Amino acid sequence: MKLKLDKKDVENFLKGLIEGYDLYAPAQLTEGVSVFKKIDRPEEVNLTQPVTQKPAKEAFFPQSEVMFRYEEAGNRGQVISAEQTKRDRILLGARPCDIEAISIIEKVFTGEDYTDVYFLEKRKKTTIIGLGCNHPLSTCFCSSTGGGPFHRAGSDLFFTDLGEAYFVELLTEKGTAFRENKFFKEADPKDLALLKELEDKAFQKVDGSVPVEGIEKRLDLMIESPFWDSIHEKCIGCGVCTFLCPTCHCFDMTDEAVNLKGQRVRNWDSCLFPIYSLETSGHNPRPTGRERTRQRLMHKFNYFPKNFGRVACVGCGRCILYCPVQFDIREALLYASARRAKGLKGKSR
Amino acid sequence: MKNPYLPIPMMLKKAQIETSDRLLRTLELGFKNKEDEESFRFVPGQFCELSILGKGESPLGIASSPTEQGFLKFTVNKAGVVTTALHHIEEGSEIGIRGPLGNGYPIDRFEGKNLLVIGGGFAFTTLRSLVAYYLHPENRAKVKQITVIYGARMPGLLLYKDELLEWEKRNDLKLVTTVDWGDKDWKGKVGLVPNVLEEVAPSSEDTYAVICGPPIMIKFTFPKLMALRFPNERIFTSLEKRMKCGIGKCGRCNIGHLYVCKDGPVFSYAQLEKLPKDY
Repeated sequence: MKLKLDKKDVENFLKGLIEGYDLYAPAQLTEGVSVFKKIDRPEEVNLTQPVTQKPAKEAFFPQSEVMFRYEEAGNRGQVISAEQTKRDRILLGARPCDIEAISIIEKVFTGEDYTDVYFLEKRKKTTIIGLGCNHPLSTCFCSSTGGGPFHRAGSDLFFTDLGEAYFVELLTEKGTAFRENKFFKEADPKDLALLKELEDKAFQKVDGSVPVEGIEKRLDLMIESPFWDSIHEKCIGCGVCTFLCPTCHCFDMTDEAVNLKGQRVRNWDSCLFPIYSLETSGHNPRPTGRERTRQRLMHKFNYFPKNFGRVACVGCGRCILYCPVQFDIREALLYASARRAKGLKGKSR
Repeated sequence: MKNPYLPIPMMLKKAQIETSDRLLRTLELGFKNKEDEESFRFVPGQFCELSILGKGESPLGIASSPTEQGFLKFTVNKAGVVTTALHHIEEGSEIGIRGPLGNGYPIDRFEGKNLLVIGGGFAFTTLRSLVAYYLHPENRAKVKQITVIYGARMPGLLLYKDELLEWEKRNDLKLVTTVDWGDKDWKGKVGLVPNVLEEVAPSSEDTYAVICGPPIMIKFTFPKLMALRFPNERIFTSLEKRMKCGIGKCGRCNIGHLYVCKDGPVFSYAQLEKLPKDY
């Protein structure tokens, strides 16, 4: 059954979601700063921004998260588990790249031996309503990384902006549970035709030529390549590419406490920071930008594929959009593959 | 879902300064809960995250052997915030731990072979666990000859001195201790570990080498092991990294496609050769 949600009903639809769930959706905080946040009022939701500044991973893996609290009990601390996720959640308006990225992080946080309860509890309780990208940006390259502007994998429901209404697809069991939602109406054949047209148009706008396929094998031969000697030179190590990356999931754990009363928190961290790998002895295994940039790129395009069978990049383009020195990951990938091609002919070095 | 980030409560039963520089303190921790004690099964070479509420966590190799029941032993180098707190904490206080973490030494592969243990300075902790494990009557037959070469800068900086004296008396273990500078009471060798290794090394045939020590010692010992014809697959070492979660999530200890905390900390030299030198 093909459904749609008229734009005039959106406000009431959102009200319903806010009543029944913890709703996370894109919101504009100030000019240029758009994030996924817990929504209290329908008018906060902004579904027009193609790529929010901060990715949707924040709904499952907050920038700062309390792992547990402790308080003084006699002469010792007593551990009190952090609050569990109580209500069911909805993540609305996440773009296909961000949704794919959530499944990437999930691979790490699930694991064979240990499960990251903080991430997985939120993930389990969440229904994802994806939103197709009618207007991809020039920095978008999701179709190069195995996705696409209308990639539906990972979404339980999928919305497409048809102008007057959202086209609504129910894709999973969690999604089908919304079949009876009173604001969903049956779609017309012309809605379906419009959807197809928008999809085709969007797909043509996305850069599908970034050489991601086969990059893992190429990088295998490049761990000690002179490629890394120059590629990092303009990087100032600000870490914005990793913080805004929807697949980056490194974190630090610290205690915030006065005497025995406080909390253990985890915060996003970045392999581009010198202190990330600095040891107490003073030894730093990744002493310069060369090793740190190598770590960022190798982890995404070589180490991660080795462990999980796909690159840890979804082509959202945030690292290109927000880099203060215009480091372009697409160029880096292009150079890397060109170097390898030369190497094969025996001309490199 | 079990939360792997929550420490289990332990009690500091006994603490002792180990070395003359007073920078190493050995902690003996007892389990507060019986069920935690029963479910805690480990092999030599594994580690724990020691946790002091309000300060944080620090990864430390387990220095006691699985054959020693009722407590866990750790030797702490006073270096940063948490390890300093671990030096100041009083007997009877509570310390949290998470673990056992990591892979540990490949004791299955050592079965029936000779063992050459090479240690330097305060990196002797998990090596002590390994040797103590094999010296237990139940396990001694699992490996053939055991040779231990242990060096430090000065006699006062050797760990577990009383135990070394005990080991010296045994005839089922060859112990060679060496220091860079001896004193008037020193009866062991004087010289650097790589050179002493050359002098006293057993045949590499059917032998596994396990080596832990400062990077400079490891750097000069590897070539000696090569010269003695130890294949890369039979040399093992334990890496240290600035681990946080200890369970392969936080990304800190990533080297190549491996994580020191869950794929290590014990690696063969054959494995290390294939990885970037991010350690």
